[in-house]
Amino acid sequence: MAKAIESPVLERHGLSDEQLRAMLRNMIMQRTLDNRGFQLNRQGKIPFATGSEGHEGIHAGAAMAFERGRDVLAPYYRDIGLCVGIGMEPLDALLSMFARGADISGGRQFPNHYTNKKLGMLSVSSIIAAQCTHAVGVAYAFKLRKEHDRAVLCTFGDGATSEGEWHEAVNFAAIHKLPVVFLCENNEWAISTPREHQMAIRDIVQKADGYGLPGVIVDGSDPIAVYDVISAAFGRARSGGGPTLVEAKCYRFLSHTTDDDDRTYRTREEIERHRHLDPVPRFEKTLVEHGIMTVADIDAMKKDVLREVNEVTDRAEALPYPEPHELYTNVYEGTHEPWL
Amino acid sequence: MAVASTETTTLNNVEAVRQTLYEALKNDPRTLVMGEDVGARGNVFLITKGFIEEFGAERVIDTPLAEASIVGIAIGMAMEGLRPIAEIQFADFIYPAFNQIVGEAAKTRYRSNGDYTCPLVIRTPYGGGIRGALSHSVSIEALFYHVPGLKIVAPSFPADIKGLLNAAIEDPDPVLFLEHKKTYRSVKGEVPTGHYTIPIGKADVKKAGTQLTVVSYGLYVHQALDAARQLESEGLSVEVIDLRSIRPMDRTTILESVRKTRKLLIVHEDNKFGGIGAEVSAMVVEDAFFDLDAPIRRLCGPDVPAMGYALTLEEEFMIPTSRMAEAMRDLVAF
Repeated sequence: MAKAIESPVLERHGLSDEQLRAMLRNMIMQRTLDNRGFQLNRQGKIPFATGSEGHEGIHAGAAMAFERGRDVLAPYYRDIGLCVGIGMEPLDALLSMFARGADISGGRQFPNHYTNKKLGMLSVSSIIAAQCTHAVGVAYAFKLRKEHDRAVLCTFGDGATSEGEWHEAVNFAAIHKLPVVFLCENNEWAISTPREHQMAIRDIVQKADGYGLPGVIVDGSDPIAVYDVISAAFGRARSGGGPTLVEAKCYRFLSHTTDDDDRTYRTREEIERHRHLDPVPRFEKTLVEHGIMTVADIDAMKKDVLREVNEVTDRAEALPYPEPHELYTNVYEGTHEPWL
Repeated sequence: MAVASTETTTLNNVEAVRQTLYEALKNDPRTLVMGEDVGARGNVFLITKGFIEEFGAERVIDTPLAEASIVGIAIGMAMEGLRPIAEIQFADFIYPAFNQIVGEAAKTRYRSNGDYTCPLVIRTPYGGGIRGALSHSVSIEALFYHVPGLKIVAPSFPADIKGLLNAAIEDPDPVLFLEHKKTYRSVKGEVPTGHYTIPIGKADVKKAGTQLTVVSYGLYVHQALDAARQLESEGLSVEVIDLRSIRPMDRTTILESVRKTRKLLIVHEDNKFGGIGAEVSAMVVEDAFFDLDAPIRRLCGPDVPAMGYALTLEEEFMIPTSRMAEAMRDLVAF
C-alpha cells in the first residue's frame, strides 16, 4: 500500500482565507503605490518619492495584528503598507505624494509622512527615532488611564536603533512595563550605511537584553510569521507584561528615495542575492500552493489594485495645491503674531 | 482671564511655583509632573516635595536621567490628551532635548495641520548669581525664542508666576516656562488666592516713569527696579517694564512706554549678541524710530560661553545694580 503523501500544512495562526487574501492585497497595494511614487517622480510630476519595497511582509502582518479604533501606531516614513493596512485610504497616499491641499497635513509634509488621528496614527517626523519617545508617552497615558486593552505599535528602521532617543524610549517603556510593541524593520541599510557600520552586533534584538525586555527575531518576508510575533507582543502588552522588541529582517530593494542612487554604495549582485527574500512573490506562491488563491485570482487582484491606484492618482492630481495663505495657519491655536 | 480673588497670601517664587503645580495636580486629573528627582526627593529645590505621597508615583514621575526622553515622552502624553508638566532640572541640561522641543513639540500642530496638538509645559530653572558655574547658570531663552510654535515665559514675581504657570498649563500649545533660580527664595510678594491666569504675551509696567523706559525680565527686573527707585531720589523718573513673556512679546506696552519716555534701555542677563534685546531693539527702531531722542542701549551679559565658578568670574559676568543705575543716568542725561 502506497503511503499517502502528506501535503505540508500552512501554519496560519488563526488567519482566515479572507484575512490571508487581504494581506496579499495590502502587499500588492504597497508595491503598486511605491511604483506609482517613483513613476510620478520620473515623469516630473512630484519632486520626491520614497518606497518600501521589501517591507511588504512586515507591513501586512503587523497591520493585521493591529486593532483598529483601539491601538495607536507611531510609524516612520517607510511604512506606506502598514499605514494603508490599518485603514489609511490609498487616496491619502497620493494626496501626500502630490502635496495637495486635501492631504491631512495640508501638503506640508514630505510623501509618506502621514498623520491620521482618527486612525490612531501619529504624525510622522523625518527625524529618525523621534517618534519612539512619543509612542512611549502615548502608552504611558493608556496605563495611567487604565485603558488596559490598548497598546502602541512603534516602528523604525535599523539605523534608528543608533539614536540615543531610541535607547531612552525603550529603557523608559521597560522600566514602566508600558504597552508598546517596538518593531524594527531591519532592511540592512541606513541610506548608504550598512548595518555593520551602525553597530558591532549582528542582531538588533541583542539591544533588548540591555534594557530588560524580550527581543524576538522574525522573518520579515513572511507576513504570517510577522502577524504571529506581533500579535503575541500585543497580547503581552495588553496583559500588563510590558514592551517587546521585534526585529523583522527584510531587505530594501529600492534606493533610499528617488534622490538617492544606490549604485554608488551597493552592487546589483548584492540586491539579486537577496531577491529570494522578496515577500510578494513568496506569499503569492504560498497562497497558490495551499489553494487559497489561484494564479488567475492573483492576476485579477493585481489588476484591481492597479485600477484603484490609477483612479486615486487621477483624483489626487486633479485637486489643487494648498492656498498660499495656508502657510500661516496652525502654528498655534488661532491666529498668531510673535509681537502682540 | 479669571478674576483673581482680592485675598492674598505672601509667597516666595518657589512657593508660587509649588502652589500652582499642586493646585493643577489636584484639580485636573490630566496633569502630571515628570523629571529628574521630582518624586522621592521632591525636586532639587523642593518644589514638588510631598507630591509623590499625595498624588502617587504615576503622576509624579521620577524619570531616568535622559532629557530628550523627558520631553519626547511628555509630547506623546500631550498628543494623547494628558497635560504633562515636564521639568528639566537645570536649564543647562536642556540641550539633549533640543530636538524634541524644536523639531517635534514646536512642529506637532503645524506639521499635522492641526490633526495633533501638543499642550505641554516644560519648566526649567535658569540664570546665575548663585555660584552655579558653567553648567548651572546659563540663560537659554535666546536659543528657543527664534522658534515659531513655541511660547516662552519668564516671570519673576510670585503673582506673575502663578498666573502665567496656570496659563501655560491650560495653553493648547507647548510652553517653555523659565524660572530664575536666584529669585526662587529671594523674591517674595503678595499672591491672590484662588485660581487665575495671566495672558501669555502681556508685559507688565512694574514702575511708571517719564524720562526713560527700561525693558527687562528675570532677576534683573528686580535690580532695575531697585536702581530706578534710587534714581527717584535724584529726581529722575524711570519706567520699568517686565516682559514676563518672551514669545510672543508685548509690542503695545513697549511702544506705548517708549513713545512717552523717548528713550530705551534693555537689560538682560543672557549675552547681548542675538539676545532678546536685539529683537526688542529692532522692533522699536522699525516702529518708533522717530519717537526716540537717544540711541537704544543694551546692558547685557558678556560675550563668553558662561560665567565661571570663581566668585570673581561670576561677579564679572553679572551686572550689579549700580551699573544699571549708571546706565540709566547716562541715558536720561543724553
